[in-house]
Amino acid sequence: MEYFELGHISLAIGFILIIVGFWGLLTQKNIIKIIIAFSILDTGINISIVSLGYVVGKTAPIIDNSVAQLENHNVVNSIVDPVPQALVLTAIVIGFGVTALMLAYAMKLFTAKKTLEINKFNDLKW
Amino acid sequence: MLRNILIAIVLAVFAYMFYNVYSAYEARTELTGIAQHFAQNGATEVGAPNLVTAIVVTYRGFDTLGEVTILFLTASIIAFFLKLKDEEKETKILHRDTSELLVTASQVLIPIMFMFGIYVFINGHLTPGGGFQGGAIIATGVALMIMANPNIQINQTVIHWVESISGVSFVLIGILGIVLAGGFLDNKIFGENSLGEFGTLFSAGAIPIIYSLVGLKVGAEISNILNKYQKSQKEL
Repeated sequence: MEYFELGHISLAIGFILIIVGFWGLLTQKNIIKIIIAFSILDTGINISIVSLGYVVGKTAPIIDNSVAQLENHNVVNSIVDPVPQALVLTAIVIGFGVTALMLAYAMKLFTAKKTLEINKFNDLKW
Repeated sequence: MLRNILIAIVLAVFAYMFYNVYSAYEARTELTGIAQHFAQNGATEVGAPNLVTAIVVTYRGFDTLGEVTILFLTASIIAFFLKLKDEEKETKILHRDTSELLVTASQVLIPIMFMFGIYVFINGHLTPGGGFQGGAIIATGVALMIMANPNIQINQTVIHWVESISGVSFVLIGILGIVLAGGFLDNKIFGENSLGEFGTLFSAGAIPIIYSLVGLKVGAEISNILNKYQKSQKEL
């Protein structure tokens, strides 16, 4: 029964997304598809980090009426861990920057060879 | 064939590793360590109801400054990388006609999206959201604008000025924190005991100002990146 509780579900989804992302990175031949796989990998890692900060039965780390109405009015006993969420906020921004850069590179590669097949870019191969 | 087997082995090793982590994972039942400190003292020390914002802007403010710098760096590298041979060339970007639905919807939605983005970053210390999210919403409006009209001219000067002024003001407010309060990016720049009424818009010291500046900067930067992508289509 404990496997159907929120922390376990989100951790499992995060891990599945990470594996799907790695599979995409390793098997896809189209550069745009590789970038999409990278985004999925990124999302999976973010979900895993957030789910590690989950505390059973607690609410979001925002001190408003819903927290004040909970039993014994103690913030410590009513919120989940805010630190992983703040870290993931940073990670999302970095992920955005990396994805934007990769798209710019993909655009340049396309102007160079008029194709996005990764196997066609074999200039450094011997 | 060998390649497929190797890929399968790599994925199986990852899956095994993750399975072990997953089966050993037990959801926590209470806060520990630094999180406990933030939960206990966040409201009195920082005065922001949204503890994530309190951590991002004040406790780890220096990290956020670095984050904004990374975004700026990305925008600069893309600007350098997608530089056109002659910037002023008046080539039309070839596209099929944009659909009536998209054009009409963009006219209705773009003002609302900008307004919502501004709402999200002004209320970053009260509700879920903040500068990065609000900036991303504003940039989504710009993306919709570009999609509805691929040949639109976005005013670069405005974007650059908004970006520079908000970036410089962010650092200046951080330095004000050294002069008037405890240290770099401390939010108590209006005095130790004048954080405002807890849970109102004008509270939590410098946090709403800093997060609004971050929102403007992120919005301008992402719009700048989108603008560069749009322009470089002329060379395809």
